[in-house]
Amino acid sequence: MSDKILLAHGSGGQLSHELVEHLFLKYFDNPILAQLDDAATVHVSRFTFHVPGSFNGTSNLKLAFTTDSYVVSPIFFPGGDIGKLAVCGTINDLAMRGATPLYLSAGFILEEGLPLADLERVVASMAATAQTVGVQIVTGDTKVVDRGKADRLFINTAGIGVVPVGVEVGGDQARPGDVVILSGAVGDHGMTIMSQREGLRFDAPLVSDCAPLNGLVAAMLEIAPQAIHCLRDPTRGGLATALNEVAGKSGVGIEIEEHAVPVRDAVRAACELLGLDPLYVANEGKLVAFLAPEVADGVLDAMRAHEYGREAAIIGRVTEEHAGRVVLRTALGARRILDMLVGEQLPRIC
Amino acid sequence: MKYIDEFRDPHLARKLLANIRACSTQPVRFMEFCGGHTHAIFRHGLRQMLPPTVELRSGPGCPVCVTANADLDRAIALARLPDVILVTFGDMLKVPGSRGSLQAAKAEGADVRIVYSTLDALQIARDNPERAVIFLGVGFETTAPTVAASILQAEAEGLNNFYVLSLHKLTPPATRAILDAGEVRLSGIIGPGHVTTVIGSEAWEFLPRDYSVPCAVAGFEPLDILRAVAALMETVEAGRPAVVNAYSRSVRPEGNRAALGIMRRVFGVSEADWRGLGRVPASGLALRPEYARFDAALAFPVDPGPTREHKGCRCGDVLRGTVEPPDCPLFRSVCTPAHPIGPCMVSAEGACAAWYRYGGADV
Repeated sequence: MSDKILLAHGSGGQLSHELVEHLFLKYFDNPILAQLDDAATVHVSRFTFHVPGSFNGTSNLKLAFTTDSYVVSPIFFPGGDIGKLAVCGTINDLAMRGATPLYLSAGFILEEGLPLADLERVVASMAATAQTVGVQIVTGDTKVVDRGKADRLFINTAGIGVVPVGVEVGGDQARPGDVVILSGAVGDHGMTIMSQREGLRFDAPLVSDCAPLNGLVAAMLEIAPQAIHCLRDPTRGGLATALNEVAGKSGVGIEIEEHAVPVRDAVRAACELLGLDPLYVANEGKLVAFLAPEVADGVLDAMRAHEYGREAAIIGRVTEEHAGRVVLRTALGARRILDMLVGEQLPRIC
Repeated sequence: MKYIDEFRDPHLARKLLANIRACSTQPVRFMEFCGGHTHAIFRHGLRQMLPPTVELRSGPGCPVCVTANADLDRAIALARLPDVILVTFGDMLKVPGSRGSLQAAKAEGADVRIVYSTLDALQIARDNPERAVIFLGVGFETTAPTVAASILQAEAEGLNNFYVLSLHKLTPPATRAILDAGEVRLSGIIGPGHVTTVIGSEAWEFLPRDYSVPCAVAGFEPLDILRAVAALMETVEAGRPAVVNAYSRSVRPEGNRAALGIMRRVFGVSEADWRGLGRVPASGLALRPEYARFDAALAFPVDPGPTREHKGCRCGDVLRGTVEPPDCPLFRSVCTPAHPIGPCMVSAEGACAAWYRYGGADV
């Protein structure tokens, strides 16, 4: 292993996982962190409250708690900006545990010389996004570093949400027989950022899919609160990496039909040009769900009725065979491994 | 998507496969020269769809993979020089040299930048007039003309901080070297589609003439490759080896004269050091004397230190087609894409990476 941090350590792929497992888990080890899910869930019932004048006793609250940092470059892009991304990303991590998001924190690291107007535009975007989602940004922090010591602005957000009673959604909950549903076309965010990047700029009708998914998840859970086993938002590392994480954590095999995965023509074309596979490109407004087959049609209808799930499609199923691996049936009918992302496609995508 | 979907049509693929099956009477082994073909074959699962009588074998057509350690070490040493920006295509970054990689040098402070086009390298040179910008020229006849064009452009603009380390290689001499060595019996060659777009299908006429080996030049979509395999089957079964252009929407017999002209104007043919093949005469491209001032090897003499080969790594054998990646003791156990020992596990065109990423035919 390299004795220096490489950009690939931040890719969300193989090296990111090794860093988490070999370093962070080694020192921070506890059963909650070891879930290694999009958000941690903590049972508040473990604690006894003594609130003077209100109630004494045990609560049954299950909280979801998560944090994420945002370093995307450029900070404004078609379909969003670093502020919208910082709210949506953390909301989505909470939603992927089935939680209703409640409160966010926002920490800013600003580079000396950043135009105030840019900061205001970002903050206004965060506020507008939080408002549509129905969450409040209730605490925050600001630091400024010398010019050149950070690139314009970085944001950290943390979020808290409540998991409804009976909902058990986690990366280790997928089971053989489950149907795999994808909420829409993949690769939009990653290819949009790539098309905007200095030295790579190309003209394409690309728009980031950056969106808050809590409403979509709520609509899905309303149909089948107990039959949705696992939810993931395939961000860095793309759909392929998210599927591999679930296969590994749940100890199951996954089979995906290549032709069933929706990809926009503009994304396919840009990927063909750059030699990328859209299955590995980042998304910021998509989710992949693993659920019991008997509820699949109902959930699919509910998703398609929601603005962020109109193109939802069944893309595969969970198997007992080849546990821990994802197999892709190609359009020609052959079968091959769909592996986790290795290396770095493009740094600072989110 | 137009120009893609029609070349991935499952019905046409089944028809071609039926044709291949119907005319196959004897076991054959075809080498796909190009690593782009290897990855397309694996990505679309073509190996398992062919009848058992048809074996495909990966060849040396991965420019990153065939770059010798000594050349890689030189590039890393150049990147570590003060006031140098080393500009490269992304694939070279992670390839382990004798000691470390460009990626490791970058993490330690070397200014290594990735571009998708040589024009971007020129822009970096314009933007950094006080620093030397060295473009790492790795590639076959497909890449070399674009690098030549960048040198002509630099000359026209009077850019005096732009240099090229030319490690370009030529594909026909490598194919000849493999056939001359005779280590692997081949019934035909799937010719590299993009290279042949530049050099022309006539450049492969020596295969049937001198070696009685047929060659079918192929594009990179599944139907392109199946069509080339079908064409090779026909020539083999008929006992009439020939060059077949199965990629006529891109390849002409004479190639791209403008690209060849610009390449020959800037580069002369030289001996080159290939991983797996060793020193092959007249198989590389060096800057002609009149462009010597752009030659990074001359402008920045460095001592990269002694060359070390990676112990146990069989990339050389994989590149010659004498073994398949799973035959290497390091494959998947020690050598993985996250921690590669040899270049064939790193490159997007490397055979080991294709085997690792997509699995064998036993999925």
